[in-house]
Amino acid sequence: MVDLSVNFGGIKAPNPFWLASAPPTNSGYQIMKAFEAGWGGAVWKTLGVPVVNVSSRYGSVNYRNTRMMGFNNIELITDRPLADNLREIEEVKKYFPDHAVIASLMVESRAEWEQIIKDVENAGADGIELNFGCPHGMCERGMGSAVGQEPEVLKTIVEWVKEAANVPVITKLSPNISHITDPGLAAVQGGTDSISLINTIKSIVGIDLDSYAPYPIVDGKGTNGGYCGPAVKPIAMHMLKDLAQHPEIGKVPLSGIGGIETWRDVVEFILLGATSVQVCTAVMHYGFGIVREMEAGLRQFMEDKGYNTIYDFAGKALPNVTEWKHLNLKHKVVAEINADKCVGCDLCYIACDDGAHQAIALSDDPTNRIPSIIEENCVGCNLCSLVCPVEDCITMVKKDDGTQNLTWHERTENDDIPVTFDDDRAGGKGHFVPKPTDALKR
Amino acid sequence: MAEYKKPTSEAEFEKNFKQKKPLMNDTEAYYEASRCLFCYDAPCIQACPTSIDIPLFIKQIHTDNVTGASRTIFDSNWLGNACGVVCPTGVLCEGACVYNHQDVPPIQIGRLQNYATNKTIEADKVIFKVGKSNGKKIAVIGAGPAGIACACEARTLGYEVDIFEAKAKPSGLTVYGIAPYKITNEEVLEEVDYLQKQLQFNIKYNSAVTSKKQLQDIENEYDAVFIGVGLGATRYLGLDGEDKENVIGAVEFVEELRMKHHKLNVPKKVVVLGGGNTAMDAASEAARMGARKTVLAYRNSKEKMGAYGFEYDLAISAGVDSLFNVTPIAITGNGKVEGVKFAKTEMVDGKLQTNMSNTFIVRCDMVIKATGQAKQGHLYDLIDNLEIDNKTRIITNNEFQTSNPKYFAGGDAINGGAEVVNAAYDGKMAALGIHNWLTK
Repeated sequence: MVDLSVNFGGIKAPNPFWLASAPPTNSGYQIMKAFEAGWGGAVWKTLGVPVVNVSSRYGSVNYRNTRMMGFNNIELITDRPLADNLREIEEVKKYFPDHAVIASLMVESRAEWEQIIKDVENAGADGIELNFGCPHGMCERGMGSAVGQEPEVLKTIVEWVKEAANVPVITKLSPNISHITDPGLAAVQGGTDSISLINTIKSIVGIDLDSYAPYPIVDGKGTNGGYCGPAVKPIAMHMLKDLAQHPEIGKVPLSGIGGIETWRDVVEFILLGATSVQVCTAVMHYGFGIVREMEAGLRQFMEDKGYNTIYDFAGKALPNVTEWKHLNLKHKVVAEINADKCVGCDLCYIACDDGAHQAIALSDDPTNRIPSIIEENCVGCNLCSLVCPVEDCITMVKKDDGTQNLTWHERTENDDIPVTFDDDRAGGKGHFVPKPTDALKR
Repeated sequence: MAEYKKPTSEAEFEKNFKQKKPLMNDTEAYYEASRCLFCYDAPCIQACPTSIDIPLFIKQIHTDNVTGASRTIFDSNWLGNACGVVCPTGVLCEGACVYNHQDVPPIQIGRLQNYATNKTIEADKVIFKVGKSNGKKIAVIGAGPAGIACACEARTLGYEVDIFEAKAKPSGLTVYGIAPYKITNEEVLEEVDYLQKQLQFNIKYNSAVTSKKQLQDIENEYDAVFIGVGLGATRYLGLDGEDKENVIGAVEFVEELRMKHHKLNVPKKVVVLGGGNTAMDAASEAARMGARKTVLAYRNSKEKMGAYGFEYDLAISAGVDSLFNVTPIAITGNGKVEGVKFAKTEMVDGKLQTNMSNTFIVRCDMVIKATGQAKQGHLYDLIDNLEIDNKTRIITNNEFQTSNPKYFAGGDAINGGAEVVNAAYDGKMAALGIHNWLTK
């Protein structure tokens, strides 16, 4: 029997699908509507001293026929008075006592932190999230990502908060930093109960070619925004992995954020160690209803795999995410084209010939557009299978017998790695490469 | 099966002749363009008689460079706009689209092409440049697609060009001979107008070349002559009663229809003779003009028809009936057509035989003969040493030069009747052929 409920660092929720602190959690109306739709928790739009916002606020990166593959915003924290928000938090908790309502907070002084923590606890918030991530506007005022980028400052504030708070504390990290483990460790050392990541990435999503201003344009000018949406998911997952594998940080629960839209995204984040996920852009694009697809998909996955709770598989991919030096150099795959499925677009040919290793040949017969793999040239890079527009037409077939395992690490230890510029042990030594002038024959 | 009411106004005519490939809107074009896979050495380019770089112009549409897309199209085909809608794309570019191998609908290349060029023409965007004058002059006989394409290309090479056109409007069969549901007169004329404004070739209307004297004057004044006269009137079949009232050639019928629209009176029962694309068009048009019964009659089997399958299907969907393996032996009636007497045919030892003992009459008020056009014989006779093949097509070399070196030719006059796109290709290549010859 699948049970989706979670206890995330002391915050209980009927499921791991939470709304991230953002425009969809601006009001009690939205959050009640979301809970009705099936969301298990919501992180309230960041509270603090209310701001004044600009118009317009959002920009988008469209790819081919897909709108909002990437998305950015220059909206600040809440612009509504604290009292209004507190009253609505109380009301939401009255209707949904078992759902997680988490107050995202961002203030400056210790006194402000202590006051606002008391206020949201009195309103009934189940936890608080510290917004150390916002990379636009607020950071200019010494808050948001300005804190997330200074581990020592971050640690100090977490300590203040932990001293004042009775409810669990989530620290939300900014990805705008070289090593996510630096602020991650600071948060843990400061005593945080859990961590959420990533906040948005500093970005310019586009330039208007008539006004020469970046989107979103505010009266002829723009500023960097915070980037999110499906495009940032790979970056978020990598950072999540870094924290989850860290011996200290990995001990606290992690809430995954960044481009999550479907059940697959959810499962992937959980496999990398997240035990709750937070969603914003997908809701801004499609509304709260998308949670139905996420929940149904997650349940199906868990039933198919025989998992009862998400803790049964949380972090299951982590042992397989290793350093490059531990990969097996003896593993060998080669591309195989299914001629029955091939439609003859020849994208694999040109991708390989121009962009990879010249391991695909066109047929000599002009009426036959099905290309073929030159097996001895194929390095098993995958590119052809990635560009192929037909499902399961190009597959990567294992060619080694699985008996040998040799890593760069082992070769280094055995003193068996190339060390001079023309070392015979170079991986590409003897590999076929066409003559430069062959390029001119076409 | 569609039932068409006889159109009594331009609005009703437009309804009956609704455009088969309507203009795409921006959203449709954006999404359709996004589907293109950008195939390597794309099969659609190979299938296009003018080798338009289709994946490139589709990508340009998608990236909102519609002017660039039009440039790509016109660079290969001067009648790019018309061809987008009148080309049989299902058997050319779209038929070659790799999506067909996946049972996924192919990219709507024709409509995307029309979308780009139409936008550019509507915006009157200047994209062509007349070549630096080289002091030489070219005469073009016939302002059809071949002639227009030849004129455009020659202008970019710096030649003065005068087109001699027998009729009062340019673009030949594109305006006089193509089914009205494929393209409107306005759209055809706008494209020629757009080209002419930028490339400044002259068209002398109502200027048929019919005498040796005219031809000699042309030869004296011009450095080369391009013949793009297409085909002549519908061939005489030699049937008993063929000269009765309401026996009309398909080309003449379509021309009248395109000029008169709803004012053309099509009677209740129509028989169309022939099995080519023109026959399908004529039958479909008669039905759309409100004929209660339209019968296509072809002398051989359905499989042997020259028409594209989709053209036949279109005629059937317009309510046309068909008769196969029948040949007309006489047209009956007293002054006016009252019927066609047919004899059954059958294949005997691979030859089509007429069985005169098996005849019947199909009653009708009109007979449209879509049985082929005659050559423009009179003009050809005026030109010295002009070689014609046994199907009355002008013979040209691969530079589109005829046996009389001063004369070049293209379009239906050399291929016996093909698509607008073939004529557009011939005209362009002939201009290059002339240029090669004059600069040798």
